[in-house]
Amino acid sequence: MIHSLFLINSSGDIFLEKHWKSVVSRSVCDYFFEAQERATEAENVPPVIPTPHHYLLSVYRHKIFFVAVIQTEVPPLFVIEFLHRVVDTFQDYFGVCSEPVIKDNVVVVYEVLEEMLDNGFPLATESNILKELIKPPTILRTVVNTITGSTNVGDQLPTGQLSVVPWRRTGVKYTNNEAYFDVIEEIDAIIDKSGSTITAEIQGVIDACVKLTGMPDLTLSFMNPRLLDDVSFHPCVRFKRWESERILSFIPPDGNFRLLSYHVSAQNLVAIPVYVKHSINFRDSSSLGRFEITVGPKQTMGKAIEGVIVTSQMPKGVLNMSLTPSQGMHTFDPVTKMLSWDVGKINPQKLPSLKGTMSLQAGASKPDENPTINLQFKIQQLAISGLKVNRLDMYGEKYKPFKGIKYMTKAGKFQVRT
Amino acid sequence: MTDSKYFTTTKKGEIFELKAELNSDKKEKKKEAVKKVIASMTVGKDVSALFPDVVNCMQTDNLELKKLVYLYLMNYAKSQPDMAIMAVNTFVKDCEDPNPLIRALAVRTMGCIRVDKITEYLCEPLRKCLKDEDPYVRKTAAVCVAKLHDINAQLVEDQGFLDTLKDLISDSNPMVVANAVAALSEIAESHPSSNLLDLNPQSINKLLTALNECTEWGQIFILDCLANYTPKDDREAQSICERVTPRLSHANSAVVLSAVKVLMKFMEMLSKDLDYYGTLLKKLAPPLVTLLSAEPELQYVALRNINLIVQKRPEILKHEMKVFFVKYNDPIYVKLEKLDIMIRLASQANIAQVLAELKEYATEVDVDFVRKAVRAIGRCAIKVEQSAERCVSTLLDLIQTKVNYVVQEAIVVIKDIFRKYPNKYESVIATLCENLDSLDEPEARAAMIWIVGEYAERIDNADELLESFLEGFHDESTQVQLQLLTAIVKLFLKKPTETQELVQQVLSLATQDSDNPDLRDRGYIYWRLLSTDPVAAKEVVLAEKPLISEETDLIEPTLLDELICYIGTLASVYHKPPSAFVEGGRGVVHKSLPPRSASSESTESPEAAPTGAPSAEQPDVIPPQGDLLGDLLNLDLGPPVSGPPLATSSVQMGAVDLLGGGLDSLIGSTNFTAPPAAAVPANLGAPIGSGLSDLFDLTSGVGTLSGSYVAPKAVWLPAMKAKGLEISGTFTRQVGSISMDLQLTNKALQVMTDFAIQFNRNSFGLAPAAPLQVHAPLSPNQTVEISLPLSTVGSVMKMEPLNNLQVAVKNNIDVFYFSTLYPLHILFVEDGKMDRQMFLGTWKDIPNENEAQFQIRDCPLNAEAVSSKLQSSNIFTIAKRNVEGQDMLYQSLKLTNGIWVLAELRIQPGNPSLTLSLKCRAPEVSQHVYQAYETILKN
Repeated sequence: MIHSLFLINSSGDIFLEKHWKSVVSRSVCDYFFEAQERATEAENVPPVIPTPHHYLLSVYRHKIFFVAVIQTEVPPLFVIEFLHRVVDTFQDYFGVCSEPVIKDNVVVVYEVLEEMLDNGFPLATESNILKELIKPPTILRTVVNTITGSTNVGDQLPTGQLSVVPWRRTGVKYTNNEAYFDVIEEIDAIIDKSGSTITAEIQGVIDACVKLTGMPDLTLSFMNPRLLDDVSFHPCVRFKRWESERILSFIPPDGNFRLLSYHVSAQNLVAIPVYVKHSINFRDSSSLGRFEITVGPKQTMGKAIEGVIVTSQMPKGVLNMSLTPSQGMHTFDPVTKMLSWDVGKINPQKLPSLKGTMSLQAGASKPDENPTINLQFKIQQLAISGLKVNRLDMYGEKYKPFKGIKYMTKAGKFQVRT
Repeated sequence: MTDSKYFTTTKKGEIFELKAELNSDKKEKKKEAVKKVIASMTVGKDVSALFPDVVNCMQTDNLELKKLVYLYLMNYAKSQPDMAIMAVNTFVKDCEDPNPLIRALAVRTMGCIRVDKITEYLCEPLRKCLKDEDPYVRKTAAVCVAKLHDINAQLVEDQGFLDTLKDLISDSNPMVVANAVAALSEIAESHPSSNLLDLNPQSINKLLTALNECTEWGQIFILDCLANYTPKDDREAQSICERVTPRLSHANSAVVLSAVKVLMKFMEMLSKDLDYYGTLLKKLAPPLVTLLSAEPELQYVALRNINLIVQKRPEILKHEMKVFFVKYNDPIYVKLEKLDIMIRLASQANIAQVLAELKEYATEVDVDFVRKAVRAIGRCAIKVEQSAERCVSTLLDLIQTKVNYVVQEAIVVIKDIFRKYPNKYESVIATLCENLDSLDEPEARAAMIWIVGEYAERIDNADELLESFLEGFHDESTQVQLQLLTAIVKLFLKKPTETQELVQQVLSLATQDSDNPDLRDRGYIYWRLLSTDPVAAKEVVLAEKPLISEETDLIEPTLLDELICYIGTLASVYHKPPSAFVEGGRGVVHKSLPPRSASSESTESPEAAPTGAPSAEQPDVIPPQGDLLGDLLNLDLGPPVSGPPLATSSVQMGAVDLLGGGLDSLIGSTNFTAPPAAAVPANLGAPIGSGLSDLFDLTSGVGTLSGSYVAPKAVWLPAMKAKGLEISGTFTRQVGSISMDLQLTNKALQVMTDFAIQFNRNSFGLAPAAPLQVHAPLSPNQTVEISLPLSTVGSVMKMEPLNNLQVAVKNNIDVFYFSTLYPLHILFVEDGKMDRQMFLGTWKDIPNENEAQFQIRDCPLNAEAVSSKLQSSNIFTIAKRNVEGQDMLYQSLKLTNGIWVLAELRIQPGNPSLTLSLKCRAPEVSQHVYQAYETILKN
């Protein structure tokens, strides 16, 4: 099982280590550093690194490497999933997960890690159970603790761990009973030069924020559940009901959780809400190139496209760019060659465009590669797959909860080749 | 007020200050001090000197303080074992605490203190906790057993904790079950022989029930444990599969992959005709696709596993090509894996899309990735024949970009395409030649030179081109030098008039000025060849090359089957069996896919016709580039050796021996155009022979001259039954002909004359090739020995048993009938040596249910002896592999009627039993082949 954990920042300092079995010398990280050196960028460090006596499995998030050390045959996905869970937990506890924050809360971090694994076996990884065991730090609590000498360690048995619904605390009480569901869809797509879709798929999630008293039993049904190709549920969802009736039936955890994630694949026709018109010309043996891109709405079901950001990694030969946007702000970093244009909202009457010239290395030939345009955007009140919630019912409790459902579509990895 | 303040006191005397604070009377100050100590500990500072002071803080009601002290203890108890004993009492007391949280915490912490002296005290509290009324305590205690086992395995066994742990598998609480399974699995890993997880249908049922209710991590342990179970029949396998499939919808990718492992393994037992089989296949695709939208690290592991799954069951993902398209900001490790899977999935149906993508990738920034993409185009061309033309034109487009590394890669792959489709795309040679000057990598140069040499007659200025390379001959790498030598010799043989000077130049460069023995030796061979017999030289150097085909970067089928059992583990990431890399190799148990069960077998036709094999579904195999080039380099020594590395090296050995030993005799006396069998000169006996005969074996698969094993004569027809005629005999096979050696004895009182013999129709069409010739009448008590030549062109009828032969013998007295069983090895023909690639392909092609396994007992021979013994009976060893000390021999043989039998023979040193696995399209011969093996090996 998981032997040890090292947190390493991007400059290669180990700033936290935790061992669940015997202590593994931190010199084991030298193998990691070697791999890090070989990989040109932090993202490219391979996630599984063998060393003579151990295996190092790592994830890279928030500019921190979380490196787990294992000694025996352990499913790597198990370790990697767990590491991601650690990061999520930190984020949940401290709002952000960064080196200074972890250092500031090192005792809580240590206590949490101790609760998450025992002898390398996962112990408590559900955030609401952890929070019962170790209260997250808040300014108020810190002040209270200092005055009263009390601690942020709960001395309750984490009751949830024993019940049939381990994800839910018992005895939950709210004055306002509310249940909110956010249907969020991300489109991953590759669009080719000519504007036709090479591949497109939708990753959707339903995130919930449920604050209901007692033990409510909810059912959620969709207008068109057949849309979903593959679904992964929170453990609270009764799989049998979904199989037979395509209804989500569950006793929700208390607070925020991801109820469902789903996948709508390329086989079903995925609507592409934006298009990009581009003309990028590196003229041979001239030191000036022309650059022009226009962004416009395509299939948006009448909803506005907001928060559009266009980024593109320009070839090395581009020395600088002099561009004028019709709206928004743009920047070009001549060192990293990264062009970024914050467009904002698209007005269908007046399409935003970015035009101008590129100064190229004089005398150099045309760059070998074409830049790829990366697009970010958001569409409120629309689930692009067409998924719609039909109704939400509550059983088991008497009160009338307040219910709300929100839809949103975002760009995931949305790339346009030029 | 953040914890960072604990890091700031790095002055001198810090330890001293902390000591004072730890001994303070104020609770608050104490706690702050412990926190500081912990903070120092986490960043790796040594605060072990404070041990007694911290331990003193342990007697407290404050839960947080207690936890902090526990944290400290776990870290430093090892370095202060004597002091740690001080803490024991508190632990024992805490294990009795009314609060289950405290009990669990105490038992958990105790297990983490890795001090021998303490472990003794641990046993009693642990025993109690394992039977605690609270499941939370029980599940913590279960893990504690694993911890204790790690520290002192003997103690755990002596105290009977393992049995208690096994009992916990039947616990009412799913969490306890999951932890018990996890603990047992971990213990089992260090005890491969012990049968800790004794799985039976009852315990499986309990696990399946717990599976639905326990935590995600527990599900992983349970699924991994289920995967080790072998259901008794297909019905049980199906019912387990049905209960495991819902796990495919879990949000935790590790759960999904573990479920996939169980399904992939048990699917092996299900009949393909079953509706459920199809349903299951359909259910597997979406979760695998979804894994690819996870974080890149998860994607990587998923992709490595999908790579195995696609090789085993390509039908699962054949429609999902698009999800493997590369996004430009994928990490490089994800890109390369996706590319590999794309090629595996490429088929005629999607090739256009794949090519368009690959071409796109070839213009990316990352050089490594671009190179791999170009190679991928070549692999597509070889794999999907219909696409070859498209691939070539795509490659030409890429060459036009003039991007140096793209051009070089393209030329390397075009060379492979030429070898696969000779005389088809030679029109592109002109374009290739234009880029000659820009090639600076040895592999590309060698490839280009090969092309020029191979097509010298169509390139007008081939001599100029090659001459230009010759100038810097000594600066080239060996690869290029060898290739250049061969190319110029080819050129000379094609255009002898203009290139005499050139060839002399290169031969002298190779033989006189070079220090490289390979180069020198090849130079000498060519030189002698050319000077003694140019016709022979032509035959050898310009011999027709077999096509390269969809060869191997596929994982070997047996290894693949083993790896399928390890889906989701490190083994699946490395594509190596765990024994190859797990620390210490603690006698890892081999896993294998379950055989298809008996009840399902009946639904499938056992007599699969040779042509009926589903070859279309087999994924194509393409050799890694290195091997290809290796082949090319060896090309001119003899027809290409696409054999195993072992064989290749023996060829080179052979070549060296040739020069050392009897070069003159070989070159001088041998006519290469003669059948190779005759070409083995008698004077090259055993010592050189080993290398040499290998050489010839590889070229033409000719057996040795000694002939097969001959069994002693046995009495077939006793005198009692045949009015005084006794016939005994045996079968022999020598130099390709079968004969029946008969001994006729007249035990009657009268003279016997007019002998004749006839065979009934039999399974292999054996028939007398000549009449039975007994020249003189047989007087009483006289014995005559006759050898009756047999042919295999007689009429065929399947006999029972298969090798039954019914014979009728006539003499002047009467006609007598008898039947005898002939050993099958007399039917093993001399050209039964299969090409290695073909062997791999055929092995895959033949359905698993045709595989039969046998034990050959009491045969204390080593691999060499076995191999040579079998060879003399025309069972040919194609490859030999050593897996963890066991020798695996891969062998082939062919029967007179063209049936191939493939065999895998496992030889364990020190174990006189051999394991023989036979695969054959006509499985009914296996039993007899096994008997033949046994007879040959035991005599």
